[in-house]
Amino acid sequence: MERDDLIVNDSYATDNHHSEEEGVKIRKNIWKVTAILTFITIVEVIIGGTIKKEPGFVWSLVVFGFIVMTMIKARYIVMDFMHLGQERSNIRKTILIPYIFFVVYMIILISIIEGGWQGVWQV
Amino acid sequence: MASEATQKIDKSVLWGGGRSPFSVTYGKSMMWFFLVSDALTFGGLLIALGFARYKYAGDWPIGEEVFHSLPFTNGVFPLYYVALMTFILIISSVTMVMAVEAGHRNNKQQVIKWLLLTVIGGVFFLASQAWEWSHFIHGTEAGTTLSNGYVVHGANMLVNEYGPQQYANFFFFITGFHGFHVLSGVVINFIVLIMVSKGMMEKRKHYEMVEKAGLYWHFVDLVWVFVFTFFYLV
Repeated sequence: MERDDLIVNDSYATDNHHSEEEGVKIRKNIWKVTAILTFITIVEVIIGGTIKKEPGFVWSLVVFGFIVMTMIKARYIVMDFMHLGQERSNIRKTILIPYIFFVVYMIILISIIEGGWQGVWQV
Repeated sequence: MASEATQKIDKSVLWGGGRSPFSVTYGKSMMWFFLVSDALTFGGLLIALGFARYKYAGDWPIGEEVFHSLPFTNGVFPLYYVALMTFILIISSVTMVMAVEAGHRNNKQQVIKWLLLTVIGGVFFLASQAWEWSHFIHGTEAGTTLSNGYVVHGANMLVNEYGPQQYANFFFFITGFHGFHVLSGVVINFIVLIMVSKGMMEKRKHYEMVEKAGLYWHFVDLVWVFVFTFFYLV
């Protein structure tokens, strides 16, 4: 079968090209994101190494902080490194919305296990 | 960027056929769909890990106490080595995005330079993981004495000195599954590097293959960010 898709689609690939001046700006953003990711990782390691892990309010807060920091890192990797932020919004939604099912799944799981929401933070 | 993705196009035109409604190539959208399903696989693994942790709450080993060694030293450095691995992977992700950026300017020399650095970063990560596994399997000199007087050093698939057996099994499976992704990523990047240096992308007039390999490579980095949090930190 003839691959007509290759010919048609080439325009989308060449479409992403940019000039030298635009490249300077894009690279500046890449280094900014690198600094943010490195900084968050260092903060995570310092917290992980200093705060003692024992069930209680402080540790629950730390766990919550770790999850928030992970989500921030994930956002920068997906939106900037994987360029999803620059794609058309319909593909962005197609990729991200399925994870709502995942979140619902987790909420239901935590709700039905013994100990429930309070127990989860004590692990 | 003046690409089609940033233009406002009427829905009836966009979805009317004869064009990609996402304004991306077939290959790129398929790579994204693969990554969506792969992320769900890893998500399932991490949920299973959460279940095991919950079951063995209290007995589950603390990451900082298991992973506190650095090669060539005897001191205690909680999670330093894992943090170094995370950093290596983040930096190789940066070099990859630089290769993609150079590709968008059709700069072959820079694509080769950044892609080569990415491959080197990936090899460094794999070597680090090999050391980590070896250290985890061999364990400490003291080990743990079981109730029947048997002393366990390190870990295998049946018994380990750190805590519940599920702990070692999840370590092997999650970091192993991720490591296999890194390995295939390095191989893919290397193949693309050869293709670029042979001038195949110049013939195509675009470097989208670098971008697609890059998507996979960033995904591997993304998964490690989650593994780092949920296996080592929390």
